[in-house]
Amino acid sequence: MRRPAPYDGVVLTAPVTVPYRRYSTQSAHWWIARALRGALAAAGLAPGQIDGLCLSSFTLHPDSAVGLTQHLGLSPRWLDHIPMGGASGVVALRRAARAVQAHDADIVAVVAGDTNHIDSFRNLLSSFSRFAQDAVYPYGYGGPNAVFALLTDRYMAEYGATREDFGRICIAQRQNALRYPHALMKTPLTMEAYLSARPIATPLGLFDCVMPCAGAEAFLVMREDEAARRGLRAARILATIERHNAHAADPIQLRGGWSVDAPRLWEAAGCAPGDMDLVQTYDDYPVISMMQIEDLGFCAKGEGPAFLRGRDLTVTGDFPHNTCGGQLSAGQAGAAGGHLGLVEAIRQLTAAAGPTQVPGARRALVSGFGMVNYDRGVCSAAAVLEGMA
Amino acid sequence: MTEPLAPPPRKDPRRRTRVPTLPPAARSRAALGLTAAAAEGRFALQVCAECGAVAWPPRDACAGCLSVQLVWRELPPGGEVLAETAIHASPDPYFRERLPWRVGTVRLDAGPSVIAHLHGDVARGARVRMAARLDRAGQGVLIALPEKDTPHMEDDPALRALTCHPRHRRVLLVDGRDAAAPAMARALRAAGAAAVWAGEAEGWRGNPARAALAEAGAAVVPLDITDSDSVARLAGEYGGRIDIVVFNARHLRPGGVMAGNGIYTREAFDVHALGLMRLARALGPAMAARAADGVNAAAAWVNILSVWALIPDPAFGAFAAAQAAALSVARSLRGDFRASGIRVMNLFAGPIDDEWHQPLPPPKLAAEALARELVRGLAEGAEEVWCGDVARDIRERWARDPKVLEREMTGGGR
Repeated sequence: MRRPAPYDGVVLTAPVTVPYRRYSTQSAHWWIARALRGALAAAGLAPGQIDGLCLSSFTLHPDSAVGLTQHLGLSPRWLDHIPMGGASGVVALRRAARAVQAHDADIVAVVAGDTNHIDSFRNLLSSFSRFAQDAVYPYGYGGPNAVFALLTDRYMAEYGATREDFGRICIAQRQNALRYPHALMKTPLTMEAYLSARPIATPLGLFDCVMPCAGAEAFLVMREDEAARRGLRAARILATIERHNAHAADPIQLRGGWSVDAPRLWEAAGCAPGDMDLVQTYDDYPVISMMQIEDLGFCAKGEGPAFLRGRDLTVTGDFPHNTCGGQLSAGQAGAAGGHLGLVEAIRQLTAAAGPTQVPGARRALVSGFGMVNYDRGVCSAAAVLEGMA
Repeated sequence: MTEPLAPPPRKDPRRRTRVPTLPPAARSRAALGLTAAAAEGRFALQVCAECGAVAWPPRDACAGCLSVQLVWRELPPGGEVLAETAIHASPDPYFRERLPWRVGTVRLDAGPSVIAHLHGDVARGARVRMAARLDRAGQGVLIALPEKDTPHMEDDPALRALTCHPRHRRVLLVDGRDAAAPAMARALRAAGAAAVWAGEAEGWRGNPARAALAEAGAAVVPLDITDSDSVARLAGEYGGRIDIVVFNARHLRPGGVMAGNGIYTREAFDVHALGLMRLARALGPAMAARAADGVNAAAAWVNILSVWALIPDPAFGAFAAAQAAALSVARSLRGDFRASGIRVMNLFAGPIDDEWHQPLPPPKLAAEALARELVRGLAEGAEEVWCGDVARDIRERWARDPKVLEREMTGGGR
């Protein structure tokens, strides 16, 4: 297999988060429009000046990206729709960057947004996937909580992880969220509160689970000279990976597709895990963040708990992780949740993160994980990004 | 260890009777293969006819070789629990009423990993025996049972939710004159049924089975299913208390379609097809309303049918036609009961060793065997039970090729 071409000359800019809300009476269209408008405003562009759109959303039904072009009055010459949930951010970045590099589009807006009505999470679950419908929901209907409870239970049994190990991830993220203006969770979390929280699906308690909410995220992908001409601060892409349905023969998921591709990621990026100034993992449950830290090479398989025990995961610590609080503390805004870490990383690398800014952040790892089709997440992706001095 | 199920307290008529809810019922067409297997209590999964890979969840193409030749096949039921969880939060009304609910990931000896209900006596690391059962929605699900039977295991709440076990339930045996009635009453009482009522038409005629019924612990109640008033009187007195109906009424007279003047035929239809409908109309709505009524919630409607309902023996053509009509009624009844979760179980019997089958050669079914299969079917929550060698033989030949079977049954081929 040849090494993929580098992403020379392509940059990411104009990161925008539309502040999340627990419930919204608005539609996904409304949230997406606000995010797109925010990104355009940040770059000083009019809607007619983007010629590419890459969209992710679960709650746009019955529309797709196509319907949205008419709804929002856009006429792009390049259009994509990424139904990959928690992996959609990094995957959208990959698609959009190649389109810009190949001159299929000059400026691509990457947008993700979802609404959350009172009953929309239940509705989303019931139509999520055929395997889940046939072989998961009839068994207690715990949704993804139950599936990740099983993975967590096995992970703990296999590697001796404790609830405290996962608690440390959640607590550090809550500390980060206290700095992040858009986070929904604004109460400090103690280990005692974490451990004594009501059980959701053992061994998972309340603070191991994300809270579904409404929200939207967006950023722009353009050529480096275009960004420079417009005076926009930007980040470049050092390397990316993507993998689906890896390790299908594993009887239960203890590793993701990152473990297949991580060596190639670091080789192409020309740097190592230790060179990262911050790490944004996909954190629908802390066990998944743990797996990403292992599979992406920060430590060996099974050593995640020990690795994290010796580190401070807060914005001011020695291993800044999910600096805006991640989904566990900011909320899970559907497909936008798969863009949260990426948008936050672009903010960090363009010195635009404000209260969550990691001083001197130059390199970031962003990782995505998506789509519990049956008993495990199927999509994995990661990107190494670098700020431009 | 499973706690033995305590008898329910006396029903307080002032308290609201809970409305039945059902677990998620939506399935792909491929997944209904598990439902079909579970309906007969068989543990079967899809196997690729080309490469032999075992598939789960159910699908339309083999993940090993992309073949679309996937067939449902019985497999060794062993497995090991890799992980377990007790679900404490669910947006689904059925499971919300039953939290916490335990499920696990089981690695099957046959290959794939499955998410399954966990019996209370199994935990992570345990060797288990998988079973396919129907849930209250009438859909196939997998449950991991202890590898070897444990005391009172049938009382486990997760398992009991998938079965219609007679323990603490009250049973109406429709025809107390049926020669097999005492054996069935005895078996039901031995399985823990709280009461067995045996119907008796025209009590003034006397009933030679009465002493045996009393000895078996059954109480005789007046019931003539060909008489709407009699059915209504029974429903008025017992309708709110019947948890399981066993429709064992039988009106068997030898004779082909062209034999006789049709009186027996009319009587047979009146008992089997119309009688079943009469009784269902009288008792069904009350049972459906009591399908979530605690330990002794209404659970099952059993029809004891001749296997000739599937394919007639022309020598009993009129009776077989009435049986086929009854089978059709039973299938509609399934649809009518679907929203309540009441199970309609059809127990298909070959010729029974009684007076009316006197000239037929063996094998013939003993009353005790029929009773045993009745209780087993309820304990497994099955929808189709094939009772005896003749019934199983016909079921297999029917599944293979109904036309071939028809030619064999209509003479010359046997």
